[in-house]
Amino acid sequence: MAPSTSPAADLAPAPGGAPAPAPGPVATTPRARRDGDVVGLGRARAVAFVAPALVLVGVFLVFPAAWTLYLGLLDYSLTGSGAQAPVFVGLGNYTSALSDPAFAKSLYLTLLFVGGSAVLGQNVLGFSLAWYFRAAQRPVRATLSVLVLLAWILPGSVVAFLWQALLDRRNGTLNALIGTTDMAWALDHPMAVIIVFNIWRGTAFSMLLYTAALSTVPRSHLEVARMAGATRWQQLRDVVLPTVKRHILTNTLLITLWTFNDFSPYLLTGGGPNRESEVLPVYIYKEAIIGGHLGYGSAISLLLLLANLVIAVVYVRLLRTREPEAA
Amino acid sequence: MASVTLTGLVKEYPNGVRGVDGVDLQIADGEFFALLGPSGCGKTTLLRTLAGLEAATEGRIDIGDRDVTGFEPGERDVAMVFQDYALFPHMTVTDNIAYPLRIQKVGRDERSARALETAQGLSLAALMERRPAQLSGGQQQRVALARAIACHPQVFLFDEPLSNLDARLRLEARTFLKQLQKSLGVTTVFVTHDQAEALAMADRMAVMDGGRIRQVGTPREVFQRPANTFVANFIGATPMNLLDAQVVGGALDFGGFTLPVPGEGGRASAWPVAEGDKVVYGVRPEYVQCLPAPAEGAARGEVTAVENLGVSVLVTAQAGEQSVRAVVPESDEPALGDTVHLAPSSERVLLYRADGDGELIGR
Repeated sequence: MAPSTSPAADLAPAPGGAPAPAPGPVATTPRARRDGDVVGLGRARAVAFVAPALVLVGVFLVFPAAWTLYLGLLDYSLTGSGAQAPVFVGLGNYTSALSDPAFAKSLYLTLLFVGGSAVLGQNVLGFSLAWYFRAAQRPVRATLSVLVLLAWILPGSVVAFLWQALLDRRNGTLNALIGTTDMAWALDHPMAVIIVFNIWRGTAFSMLLYTAALSTVPRSHLEVARMAGATRWQQLRDVVLPTVKRHILTNTLLITLWTFNDFSPYLLTGGGPNRESEVLPVYIYKEAIIGGHLGYGSAISLLLLLANLVIAVVYVRLLRTREPEAA
Repeated sequence: MASVTLTGLVKEYPNGVRGVDGVDLQIADGEFFALLGPSGCGKTTLLRTLAGLEAATEGRIDIGDRDVTGFEPGERDVAMVFQDYALFPHMTVTDNIAYPLRIQKVGRDERSARALETAQGLSLAALMERRPAQLSGGQQQRVALARAIACHPQVFLFDEPLSNLDARLRLEARTFLKQLQKSLGVTTVFVTHDQAEALAMADRMAVMDGGRIRQVGTPREVFQRPANTFVANFIGATPMNLLDAQVVGGALDFGGFTLPVPGEGGRASAWPVAEGDKVVYGVRPEYVQCLPAPAEGAARGEVTAVENLGVSVLVTAQAGEQSVRAVVPESDEPALGDTVHLAPSSERVLLYRADGDGELIGR
């Protein structure tokens, strides 16, 4: 074994004599470097270029958020004295939200909805579809893609109607398919219905993203594992998942945020029965628009926004720590 | 350690293309064996079929005394080094080398110990905690080799092991690989499209074309006595002169000039050829002399191209209807348009059948 040969192949091209590029300025003046002005536009012109984008962001993003923050501090409502002369109530809306059992329940349902339909459902199903059909014949893959994409691209109202027809108590397709009679799916299992619905509706995105991600796994890496005798599961664990880890994180972040803010459960169950499927966006809608408590609704919206921010920050942190070490 | 025997091996793809088309081959225990051929000749398919990454359509593969034809890659006790090395970027050098051992459920401590032992033999011991991205190309190649060595397989398979290295490193790695293979004594099959690599490293080699083996032999045999015109044309730094000729009156008529049949006495009767046979006259440019004056057994020609090869010059001359190449020392470089007399060394000349596969005519 162990040959004593000094492997000549070690001789990485030595930087013998070749002087490293001087760290001094090449094209930029010291002042430009200090300002970080790489392009050399000057501060005023640079600001002028960025300004239109900043104005748009300000008008459509920052202002509504700030306005929501402001509204959340008032007892602003759609009708009555709260509409005429809203009174400043401080953190009153927040304390009443946090002490409201309906809010707590809605938060719990939201976490169930997000965890069940996005983090688990769409993620796992999307990955599985991408994984099992990656080597399938082209017509098979094309058909699958069309079917899955269809659920994604149909308008929400159309989809809601289709599902109403599917789940209907008397003439529903599902009852006809599995031979149950008089089964009111949306009433008896509202959470299960909206979770399955959202998996069905959103899996296409995860599948597309994972199909692209899986195509970045080098074939030779899988073959090394096969040569070593790795099972399918070991190939997945040792080669595929580490390679697509960052894709998984990114996908999970996106679908988590989308599902958190998803209003379409309302189209299926209306949040009912008896608030059994009232996820936060539905709760906010009911409180603010139907109940008329705009101030209260704004306060909860802000809480939802904060939750989204926390999730985003956690994922971005995770992504950053997973960055491969530079060569 | 084991011999490898391929019997009637066929690999046919679903679209009907035969990547490997009836290959019979014996590779001896401990042999360093090269599969050489132009791209698309089926050499990599043959290697992958041997590895089990492709299922054989017909035929049989024996490694040692086991028939492994239907075996999964992991059951064949072979290790492969891929062209791109295929190191796992998320694993350290230790984990990469020990990966096959991990799949074999070897304990963590023993795994690390064996990885380190193998790595020491390849001067990698100082790099064990690095990731592949932190290694040079040569180092990556040695990690890939170490991964193959650490599980003590019966056969090594190398797919274009040197093609990802730069030119200078490649020469050094060539020597290193040959020494390594000899010291390990493990039967090794490697694929290359570079004839210099095959000639330099292999104990024996097979030249492939169109999924078939065209010649098997030692590098010397393949170089000196190519079995057919394909191999004759493929092997050699400068392509062999392959001139169409006909046996006329006991000599060879090239259309415009005549040369005696090579060999003592210059008689056609010494060869299994008959009057009127069409043959291909093969001689390497290195074995053609370029004389300024007429001589016995030389063809008169006019220089049409002169190419500098460094210490020698490749001269192309038009003799009759034939274009003949000769390698001459740089001191004897003729000018374009000069008349020269081309004299092949008759003991180096090979005759091939002009029809069929262009087989060598035995002398």
